[in-house]
Amino acid sequence: MSAMHEPTAQQIKDEKLYRQMGMTDEEFDRAVDMIGRLPNYTETGLFSAMWSEHCSYKSSKPVLRKFPTEGARVLQGPGEGAGIVDIGDNQAAVFKMESHNSPSAIEPFIGAATGAGGIIRDVFSMGARPVALVNSMRFGDLSEARDRYLFEEAVAGIASYGNTIGIPTVAGEVQFDNCYSKRPLVNAMAVGLLNHEDIQKGLASGVGNTVLYVGAKTGRDGIHGATMSSSEVAVDKEAELPVMQAGDPYLEKLLMEACLELVKSDALIGIQDMGAAGLTSSSAEMASKAGYGVELNLDLVPQREEGMTAYEMMLSESQERMLVVVKQGREEEIGELCKKYGLEAVAIGKVTDDKMLRLIHKGEVVAEISADILAEDAPVYYKKSEEPAYFQEYQRMENAEPAVDDLKDTLTALLQRPTIASKEWVYNQFDTQARSNTVVAPGSSAGVIRVQGTNKGLAMTADCNSRYIYLDPETGGKIAVAEAARNLICSGAEPIAATDCLNFGSPDKPEVFWQIEKSADGISDACRTLNAPIIGGNVSMSNEVNGVPVYPTPTMGLVGIIHDLSQVTTTAFKQAGDVIYLIGEAATEFGGSELQQMIEGKIFGKVPAIDLEVEASRQKSLLQAIQSKLVQSATDLSEGGFAVALCEKAFDAEELGAEVTISGSAVTALFSETQSRFLVTVKEELTTAFEALVGDAVRIGKVTAGDRLVIKGDEDEVLIDGSVDELRTAWKGAIPCLLNSEA
Amino acid sequence: MRFAILSFPGSSCDVDMLHAVRDIVGEGAEIISHVDAKLENYDAVLIPTGASYGDYLRPGALAQSSESIESLKTFVKSGKPVLGVGNGFQILVEAGILPGAFLRNQSLKFRSGKAKLAVRNASTYFTSNYEEDGLLTIPFAHEYGNYFVDRETARLLKETDRIIFTYEDGNLDGSVERIAGVLNEQGNVLGMMPLPERAVEEIIGGTDGLPLFQSILKNWSEKNVSHA
Repeated sequence: MSAMHEPTAQQIKDEKLYRQMGMTDEEFDRAVDMIGRLPNYTETGLFSAMWSEHCSYKSSKPVLRKFPTEGARVLQGPGEGAGIVDIGDNQAAVFKMESHNSPSAIEPFIGAATGAGGIIRDVFSMGARPVALVNSMRFGDLSEARDRYLFEEAVAGIASYGNTIGIPTVAGEVQFDNCYSKRPLVNAMAVGLLNHEDIQKGLASGVGNTVLYVGAKTGRDGIHGATMSSSEVAVDKEAELPVMQAGDPYLEKLLMEACLELVKSDALIGIQDMGAAGLTSSSAEMASKAGYGVELNLDLVPQREEGMTAYEMMLSESQERMLVVVKQGREEEIGELCKKYGLEAVAIGKVTDDKMLRLIHKGEVVAEISADILAEDAPVYYKKSEEPAYFQEYQRMENAEPAVDDLKDTLTALLQRPTIASKEWVYNQFDTQARSNTVVAPGSSAGVIRVQGTNKGLAMTADCNSRYIYLDPETGGKIAVAEAARNLICSGAEPIAATDCLNFGSPDKPEVFWQIEKSADGISDACRTLNAPIIGGNVSMSNEVNGVPVYPTPTMGLVGIIHDLSQVTTTAFKQAGDVIYLIGEAATEFGGSELQQMIEGKIFGKVPAIDLEVEASRQKSLLQAIQSKLVQSATDLSEGGFAVALCEKAFDAEELGAEVTISGSAVTALFSETQSRFLVTVKEELTTAFEALVGDAVRIGKVTAGDRLVIKGDEDEVLIDGSVDELRTAWKGAIPCLLNSEA
Repeated sequence: MRFAILSFPGSSCDVDMLHAVRDIVGEGAEIISHVDAKLENYDAVLIPTGASYGDYLRPGALAQSSESIESLKTFVKSGKPVLGVGNGFQILVEAGILPGAFLRNQSLKFRSGKAKLAVRNASTYFTSNYEEDGLLTIPFAHEYGNYFVDRETARLLKETDRIIFTYEDGNLDGSVERIAGVLNEQGNVLGMMPLPERAVEEIIGGTDGLPLFQSILKNWSEKNVSHA
């Protein structure tokens, strides 16, 4: 072995040292069985990383198989750095979402920043120019100092990385609930563009071809990050955690430009980011996918620290590194290319035909294991699934309205709930306009960017209401997809594909696994019905604090295409006199709603029902109306229901209010979170054409000049009469106010 | 007219500037690397925003030590126009071509949005297509946008009409005298924190930045037509 102090293979077995690396007894025995001998210390490390949930999806695989992954536009489904969909004109959109939850729970600035950095690398390693970022975050309700700290620092971290590298953040969402207290979720999504011929894959093929290492030097940071991210963070035992990997967006900018030039070279065979499990996963996966082997001489690996062992080098998660395979004999020219960007391309190994991952350190072979065994043969677990008792209990409850005293006070209070309140405090910290293609910046239903040089646009959004998913994972899963699709439709885009970031508690808990399974069923159904195949994603398990899992949070990132940029539609009212339409009727559905949480202090009961056929048909007709330029503004009804959505349409406009009349029980009509509903405004002269297209739209009132928001009920009773300015002030001020409080 | 867009490692928004000048204004523009920058071949130099050298040390501090700064200074002396926006303004200040220094935003956070600006001097090379005291909406994005000059310099800038743009809303981030853009003594170098190249198309950020580029073009044409 390369390091004297490392335990022997026999000691690892006898003293069960593999357990410290996160391997179970069964997994160790499986590894021994497959290689026909005891693995040494370095080899055990390779197994533990490659067979972690993060790299192998061993617990989630049976669930992930349910997802629809194919479609006419899909060029690359799950399995590579990111998925790819055709957007016409020989162009394609490349995107994926990934979690960085565990690091963000410990060191939120660095954790969130490196999350953004990792997903950007995933996109440019496919050969695509990253053009937009989206994020999805979850925090405690900001009443505790630690949660305020996590929120502020995670936002600053994401901002710092995206702003420095010069990629605009165009959409995002933040949900606050105390189930995430001290255990935030930080999910980042990157969207890139490429021409079809530039698609790259992580392949190490062609015997004798050279393996190059490009980017930052390897240090002792992030060792066993993949294993860590697959286990619960011990909030009170920070000293025991591995050293966190830090990010350098400036270096990544150079690496990105070098790689995007590199993909144009015919010397390139394959390229892959050294992400989770660093050098181990990139080399083993590239070899395994190509059906070849890789031999690395670790003495040649650029190192930041002295005396690093093979084990440390292979498991380091130092950021901003890429593994590149080039044709033999072309190393020098690739070296020159990298040098232009101030980067070194170091030859550290070669492609072999024996399908082994072989590591040489100080002249000795320190590891020799089949790349396929590492990359493909992790055990697959069919975890025990058990419906929790709470589910049937909630299902048996009757739908009821929460007791509301004053309608206007309730609306104001809802607008101040951090989940509903303006996220301006967050997105004002992002450069939303870099690259000069942002057509719709954060604050509307979805972010929209122009595909430069064309009249096309891409709309993008991330959504998940985890309260629904906790109460009823299957229905909640459907709603997460439907809501994301609605956000695209309201922007004038046709959904084309989805990515997911599945954040759950420990899959060893049968109730958690049941949540995973059921929500995946719901997501699959909705993705099929709404034509959004899942082209890639990420699984983050064991998001727990003191053994209590967070709400199941399978975040859905959807991308849609806008065929003509003149069809882009936003939330805000456009002009006085426009007719306001409500699509979809309210039912008394408050299970998991913001109003229920606010008034009862907890969530319970049945979640709002969703009929995917109704959803699909409403989305289709509304999109048609938008594409026919019949619609002035559109928004879907989500958290807080009708009244909140109506306010948001006025808040984003200048000096416009509304006067509308709704029917039925006031609390239900105003605040219910019944699904598949939209609020739309239409010019008076286009109403006939609009109504002909959107059959179930009901005319409820008009946009008015001035500052009044008037909602009337049955028999003209005034339910709410408020000043838009006052309501807007409450909505905008809520998050800054919560952050300044000293509770 | 030929514009050089002087790009340092990390000057990510060189592409924004290129798009504005080449695709929208319709003039010749090239991104040129700070290595071996042959500025004398161009009619104007634009220094874009972004995070040159990752904003390490201080924004602009490392870029100002690039050898291209010497040729930039020669270019400035020749009287040809130079525009630095965002990080480009910070580089001009760090290089001593424009007065002052940048502090972190008063909010201590990176901030982006749209600023309301007033044109304080519409008779410069860069602003003659604007109206005096006209109001503009121009996007901004920065963490170190808090412009500082001492009292004496502020007085001098005022007296010589070299405060070109001022913030007219809450977006000054602490800047002295609400300064959003200043001119050098010679009148051929403008630095501004808001980003006019992001305001040249209705569909993106409005068009209030367009007259700035058109002013440069008009003034250059007038001078060069008379020489012809």
